[in-house]
Amino acid sequence: MSNITPHPQPDALGHFGTYGGMFVPETLMAALTELAAEYERAKQDPLFKEELDFMLREYVGRPTPLTFAERWSEELGGARIYLKREDLLHTGAHKINNAMGQILLAKRLGKDRIIAETGAGQHGVATATVCARFGFKCVIYMGEVDMERQALNVARMRFLGAEVCAVTAGQRTLKEAVNEAMRDWVTNVGTTHYILGSALGSHPYPMMVRDFQRVIGEEARRQILEREQRLPDYLVACVGGGSNAIGLFHPFLDDKSVKMLGVEAGGRGIRRGEHAARFEGGKLGVLQGTKTWLLADDDGQIELTHSVSAGLDYAAVGPEHAFLKDIGRTEYSYATDAEALEAFQEVSLIEGIIPALETAHGLAGVRKLAPELGKDGLIICNFSGRGDKDVAQAAKAIFGEDVFG
Amino acid sequence: MQNRIEQMFEKLRTEKKAAFIAYVCSGDPDTERSLEVMHALARAGVDLIETGVPFSDPVADGIANQMAASRALNSGASVKKTLATIKRFREKSEIPIVLFTYLNPIYSYGFKRFHEDAAAAGADGILNLDLPPDEEEINEELLQANMLLNIRIIAPNTPAERIAKIVKSGAGFIYYISREGVTGERSELASGISRQVTDIKSHTSLPVVVGFGISTPEHSAAVAGMADGVVVGSAIVNTVAKHSLSADLADRVYNFVKPLVDATKSV
Ligand SMILES: Cc1ncc(COP(=O)(O)O)c(C=O)c1O
Repeated sequence: MSNITPHPQPDALGHFGTYGGMFVPETLMAALTELAAEYERAKQDPLFKEELDFMLREYVGRPTPLTFAERWSEELGGARIYLKREDLLHTGAHKINNAMGQILLAKRLGKDRIIAETGAGQHGVATATVCARFGFKCVIYMGEVDMERQALNVARMRFLGAEVCAVTAGQRTLKEAVNEAMRDWVTNVGTTHYILGSALGSHPYPMMVRDFQRVIGEEARRQILEREQRLPDYLVACVGGGSNAIGLFHPFLDDKSVKMLGVEAGGRGIRRGEHAARFEGGKLGVLQGTKTWLLADDDGQIELTHSVSAGLDYAAVGPEHAFLKDIGRTEYSYATDAEALEAFQEVSLIEGIIPALETAHGLAGVRKLAPELGKDGLIICNFSGRGDKDVAQAAKAIFGEDVFG
Repeated sequence: MQNRIEQMFEKLRTEKKAAFIAYVCSGDPDTERSLEVMHALARAGVDLIETGVPFSDPVADGIANQMAASRALNSGASVKKTLATIKRFREKSEIPIVLFTYLNPIYSYGFKRFHEDAAAAGADGILNLDLPPDEEEINEELLQANMLLNIRIIAPNTPAERIAKIVKSGAGFIYYISREGVTGERSELASGISRQVTDIKSHTSLPVVVGFGISTPEHSAAVAGMADGVVVGSAIVNTVAKHSLSADLADRVYNFVKPLVDATKSV
């Protein structure tokens, strides 16, 4: 292919090159087509943008700071590191950028019931929050294993009036929660909008979620030019489905000098069932509506995954990442559980900011990269969320203590 | 040469009878007994067997079929074994077989090779739950595969223009999903089936069969009066589940399915 621009819009069926698409049961085709059409109309509507901008500013807390991590940069002895502080948003992670965009869209669609999947619980909390704010019924699907390791977020969702449904199938984590949400949607498609939480699934989600997260990169680009009078050498972000990463990367795609690194979950190491690094141990396939890199066995059965971080513990990666990797625009590496926990501790101690375990994977990527780039280097890392939800798990891993008895 | 599916519907047309179609999951509860179940379905007089290819993440299926797939996978089922079972079934029966599948196992096997091997094993059609014709039409890799008849699905919320488009690339028959939802037993039939079938028939001369939520002889007879075929899945799968450990599994399946077939043929 010769005429690839660095960041094409996907085609009408949502293909990024050969990735993406609409691989869904027929019952969802009408709803997805309606959603794609309404999203296109909303994009053209100045009132939609005005309301979204207003809510992002007055309710969500945008813009977020771009914090210079002075002591950490010094400690690592290399590049200057800036953190894009999505952890400071209402509800504590970037997920609410997308949830807010989609709830305004649901209003336009005239649906009164919202469903969502969640892994770490951050997307569930963000969705429950916007549902409370706009008066929608809200049902959140969450794997039983994740409900246990992110118990704090389960309680938050319940305070916010959401019904949290435990998913007990398979390995009881994010993938199964998506399956269950899709089954609910197939059944209640007339009344319900599905707020998918990452740049994943069938068209139009990967494009739409990306667009709602682009605000991260737009702000960061403006802020770094103000602070440093130049563009960064590297952008770094953790990659679960890929929404915080694509949100940071996308506005920089035309800036040829800016490199981009996505960090996947290496779990206990790259062995079958022990990790969630799709670009490392995966292959091409189709899952939950999209064609992309995923972890599957020789028979095409989806493999088990593992990560200390629930939000990265997922078998497929967003299709636009697969495309950007193919054309050489982005790179991917992975951080193991242990490396993420080290970064979690280091940044907490040195910068006084406790990251989410997902975010800690991106930080682990920075720990390796910063010394390599040297003193002249400049990095922006997406600080996608705060670590409150992970306190119990991290305390167990780091101090060997059960903080909540 | 005419495909077995087409022959079957032509014969039923002259007899003025509806087809009874049974869904079971291949490899449930294990390879050997899944073959016995297929033979029991043949004895009970079903006109076509839909064989589910077990997949780890069946998003369009309710709990009954999810558990069937998981029993099958736990007993070592694979795409290869599904095809081998069909081949063994073909030694004794000419009942048409449609593979009911999700894309990833087939994609992983190689789409073209799957079509060739499945046809060689004796399968007649393929119904791909998460491969809409829109995707198939633009994908070189998928287009090369044409050994099996492409059974198309229409849902209650499929708009008229889309129905017209979908049926064009379909063959064998059209599968009308009678309700918005996943597979599963229901106590009552969905409404509007008769009108929808008539609608679909205004776009195609292919036979139209109805499935999702049909579980009793009464449902079967009612649907047989409105469409060219009746599909029962989860209710049979639940029967397999209930008796999966009994020595007389095949007889139990026969006893459950025979009245469904009889009711379908009573109309
Ligand atoms: C704080 C945080 N960062 C990152 C992620 C990963 O998702 P994505 O790759 O879509 O940004 C999650 C998901 O739950 C999260 O909560």
